[in-house]
Amino acid sequence: MHGPLYDLVLLPLIKIVVVLAAVLLIVAYLTFFERKLLSYMQVRIGPNRVGPRGWLQPIADGLKLFVKEDLVPGQAEKFVFLLAPVLIMAPALVMFSVIPFGPELWITDINIALLFILGVSSIGVYGVILGGWSSNSKFSLMGGLRSAAQMVSYEVPMGFAIVSVLLMARTLSLVGIVEAQKAAHLWYIVPGILAFGIYFICGVAETNRNPFDLPEAESELVAGFHTEYSGMKFAFFYLGEYTNMLVVSSLATIMFFGGWLRPFPNVAWLSFLDVIPPLVWFLAKVGFFIFVYIWFRGTFPRYRFDQLMAVGWKWLIPLSLVNLFVIGLGVLLLKG
Amino acid sequence: MDFLVQNFAVLLFSLLAVLTVAGAIGVVTLKNPVHSAISLLGTFVMVAALFVLKHAEFLGAVQLLVYAGGILVLFLFVIMLVNVRKLRPESAFLSNLAPAAVAVGTLFGVMVALVMVLSRLAGPGADPTALRTVEGQVLGNTEAVGWVLYRTYLVPFEVVSVILLVAMIGAIVFGRRQASLEREEEGGQG
Amino acid sequence: MAAYIPILIFALVAISFPIITLLIARAIRAGSPDPVKAEPYECGVRATTTAFDTRFSIRYYLIAVLFVIFDVETIFLFPWAVMFDRLALFGFIEMMVFLAILVVGYVYAWRRGALEWA
Repeated sequence: MHGPLYDLVLLPLIKIVVVLAAVLLIVAYLTFFERKLLSYMQVRIGPNRVGPRGWLQPIADGLKLFVKEDLVPGQAEKFVFLLAPVLIMAPALVMFSVIPFGPELWITDINIALLFILGVSSIGVYGVILGGWSSNSKFSLMGGLRSAAQMVSYEVPMGFAIVSVLLMARTLSLVGIVEAQKAAHLWYIVPGILAFGIYFICGVAETNRNPFDLPEAESELVAGFHTEYSGMKFAFFYLGEYTNMLVVSSLATIMFFGGWLRPFPNVAWLSFLDVIPPLVWFLAKVGFFIFVYIWFRGTFPRYRFDQLMAVGWKWLIPLSLVNLFVIGLGVLLLKG
Repeated sequence: MDFLVQNFAVLLFSLLAVLTVAGAIGVVTLKNPVHSAISLLGTFVMVAALFVLKHAEFLGAVQLLVYAGGILVLFLFVIMLVNVRKLRPESAFLSNLAPAAVAVGTLFGVMVALVMVLSRLAGPGADPTALRTVEGQVLGNTEAVGWVLYRTYLVPFEVVSVILLVAMIGAIVFGRRQASLEREEEGGQG
Repeated sequence: MAAYIPILIFALVAISFPIITLLIARAIRAGSPDPVKAEPYECGVRATTTAFDTRFSIRYYLIAVLFVIFDVETIFLFPWAVMFDRLALFGFIEMMVFLAILVVGYVYAWRRGALEWA
């Protein structure tokens, strides 16, 4: 049965289900990994009761949230309240449709992939604003507005940093960006170290993680925009955050660290590194950035809101413009 | 089944078009402004999909990024800055409904007629690869837009930056006045 | 266009996944409603006003406007960057003029205190 239906619908559907299952499993164990890692950083043991060494903890957490009572505040906007977790989760997942995990290992390759990811991720803001607004709780509304302001503020320098990568790769396709790095015999982290720094700081802020976890500043806003959420709806906010972390880390890997390529992909005597398959290289790099995320959380204190805005608008924007100028000039001189 | 496969593009277009119009009707008819905004979000996403379906991929991405991801956030912020539950229906807009409907309807009819006539004149369906071609090479929609925008339409492009500058200064002047009012009342929280 | 069909399918799957999960959870979860549980969170006292009565600073509006302007600006950078090898020096100067005009606005915003939060 190799008709058009098979090529256009069934084959992509199988790939999608596999990717979705893998992402959800990774995200579930990410929560466990984070708790374990944080506890070791703080000289504790962390979760170790459910299953051997606590390995079944994520499953227990999931089951608990599944059967928990789902409270909806009396004066909430019921429909919007229900819609917000879907608006967080769905865009976060859709972004995986254009991410290449290895050579020929992607769901689809489009030549506006990077713009597509930026566009879809900007829709995630609505889950935050609407979740905060529909709860009809002061803490939620304040947290939602702050969070939205933070997310849009850091989108600007992030865009500039990404454009500086495009100046080198000259394609919006994520597969194309990895192949351009192979052709250039160089990971873009070398010329783009400043761009990478800006990108990753913005990525941490976009996902509302430490030290930019203002929306969830528990000491002042209780839990920010998801204060009133419980049960599975809360779980989707949580899963959405971790899925977004995975996307940010994947993009960092693809744009600056050669995606699935091994280190120094064109140095012949290092070819013994090809024993490790490309997919593993990709996952290892993504895993490293996830580790950095958690490392940040274990290390940095939280910014104050005005400091956070100042970092975004007064430091990262001028810096990213300078970076754009320098990289543009560099590309021009090297090609000319 | 074969019918579905053969007419896939037409069916998809029809579905997206219906959803776009349904979303637009929702924006106007829904009572709660936040619900209207959500409806508008649906419309924007559908329009983006329509652009992609018509081979204007870059335009689709722009639609998603600027309209769905930028301008609508601004709308929502404004809706939340004013207390929407205290707003009463504005009678000034509702009194002359009939003449307004006639005027807008006529304008819409003229636009549709113009588009139909012009598309007839252009011949049966323009070549979609033209949207992706740079100097005879098929590259991509973004590349084609870049090539035309930064060579043929150089002056309009630079004018855009002046317009954006004016918008920025206008917003700041307006916001400053509002901020100083707020400080007098000391009502603002953040 | 065939490359976009998987995205469409993925979008449908990604939207239905949370909805279906929420429906299943609705069927099996515990539930004992209580008027006190339905009250919004408040710190130690009874809530006297609802969240919809809270007023917010105009700065949120300012940030959103500045964001939209910079967002449009970023959009112009993408087609420029992918054609950079062909546009070469001419394109570089062109874009730097574009950015310089907007930097004027940025400096103005900074000097007028639009970027200050406190």
